[in-house]
Amino acid sequence: MPTVIFQLPDGTERKVTAASGTVLMQAAVAHAVEGIVAECGGNASCATCHVYVDATQADLVGPPNDVEDEMLDFTAAERRPTSRLSCQVQLSDALDGLVVHVPEEQV
Amino acid sequence: MTSTAGVVVVGGGQAGFSVVSALRGAGYDGPVTVLADERHLPYQRPPLSKKAHTGPDGLRVDLVPESFYRERDIDLRLGDDVIALDRTARTVITRTGTRVPYDHLVLATGARNRPLPVPGAELAGVHALRSLDDALAIGRALSTARAVVVVGGGFIGLELAQVAAARGAHVTVVELADRLLSRAVSAQLQQHLRERHERSGVRILTGTAVQSVEGSEGRVRQVVTDRGTLPADLVVYGIGAAPRDELARDAGLAVDDGVIVDERLRSISDPRISAVGDCARHPHPHAAGLVRLESVQNATDQGVLVGRRIAGASEPYASLPWFWSDQGDIKLQIAGLRAPADAVHLVAGDSPERLAAYAFRDDRLVAVETLNWPAEHLAARRLLGRDTPVRAADLAGSTLGALARARRATEVRT
Repeated sequence: MPTVIFQLPDGTERKVTAASGTVLMQAAVAHAVEGIVAECGGNASCATCHVYVDATQADLVGPPNDVEDEMLDFTAAERRPTSRLSCQVQLSDALDGLVVHVPEEQV
Repeated sequence: MTSTAGVVVVGGGQAGFSVVSALRGAGYDGPVTVLADERHLPYQRPPLSKKAHTGPDGLRVDLVPESFYRERDIDLRLGDDVIALDRTARTVITRTGTRVPYDHLVLATGARNRPLPVPGAELAGVHALRSLDDALAIGRALSTARAVVVVGGGFIGLELAQVAAARGAHVTVVELADRLLSRAVSAQLQQHLRERHERSGVRILTGTAVQSVEGSEGRVRQVVTDRGTLPADLVVYGIGAAPRDELARDAGLAVDDGVIVDERLRSISDPRISAVGDCARHPHPHAAGLVRLESVQNATDQGVLVGRRIAGASEPYASLPWFWSDQGDIKLQIAGLRAPADAVHLVAGDSPERLAAYAFRDDRLVAVETLNWPAEHLAARRLLGRDTPVRAADLAGSTLGALARARRATEVRT
């Protein structure tokens, strides 16, 4: 079961463990991680589950898919090189220890 | 006066949840009680009409786990509905006889489906969809249904039509108006949406009135319309909803197809009572008169506004309305509020499935509808949410996505 660390804008962090295969956004919502809004419930419709993957792990997580890539241009918080929509990231054992940074704004 | 009774929220849907989440998020430390009539932990409604209905796990998505309420000292009471408000005693009364006092009351009661007003609507195999239990019942029926008639070509009907078609049923949508989604979507975009449904094998009959539902041994067998009879072993209807505003009306609050509230979402009759979500009729900077909006966005943003307001903030409600509907492979999204008289221009995207409809009022962009083009929808939300208007000339030969990128680049430079 991979563990993910969400670093929140206020400097605190939340550690969440979820089954391999779980979508990152769902893991966040199931543990009520603040700042992951996910208004559309995970359909790549709303871009309110935006996260920054820690720069040291970007290669491990990989790049966004094409639809996600376009949507990331219009997120509420600025896009950065490691921006992803967490509804499009599936957890696996290879991602155990993943660190993602939650932006200030989602809506 | 020192307050001790705290906040009572009537309703455990998206709006009610957003109120209590925002209250605690904003640091409110008084008592918080949620009174919800359903037995289920508050859950997401959008998946109920969109998922494949192959099992309960796919349908049920809790808004947050039960621990969320416990850790924040939110008293969540499920399975007991409120039957009366006593405004003088500032108390609500539930069906089981419990009396709960409040300093501030928030009505988040939602809406209920309009009943199907024809003979035979009570037959087994005739369903409406609002709750998780409704969705589970429809899911069970779909496992054997071969001929499905969907009454109503609105969002719920079209989403369920695609769910049923994906399960292998023969699906016919019957709509009384001369086109689909007649209130919600422009005629221009609607035509393309309809063609996509028809290409996927769903039959669509507009301008057709259902006259009765007929059955044998208590089970539906066919639907009789003014243009012929349709065999059916499952009928699903979605013909609109009405706000659950009777508690407010019975308590003497101003009500007109929804609880009438001011720009801070307080009842115009009683400042200790607010209304949010589907049950609220409210002013909006993008609308000429009062509006009542049925959407997740509206429920969420209104709940957050009232939660923060009770905790001390004071901003008027001005969130940009937006909406989505996943109908099989068709992803419909709407940003802004279109009025019937607005001028609509269709714009093709860079791949065949992508289409946008831009609605202009007095040469100012007011709403954008998109098919299978989420990036353009998001660009629309960014641009419509700003003070700088978008004019038709700004878009000559361009998309909102290109314009939003250009304007963002300008902002970064200046």
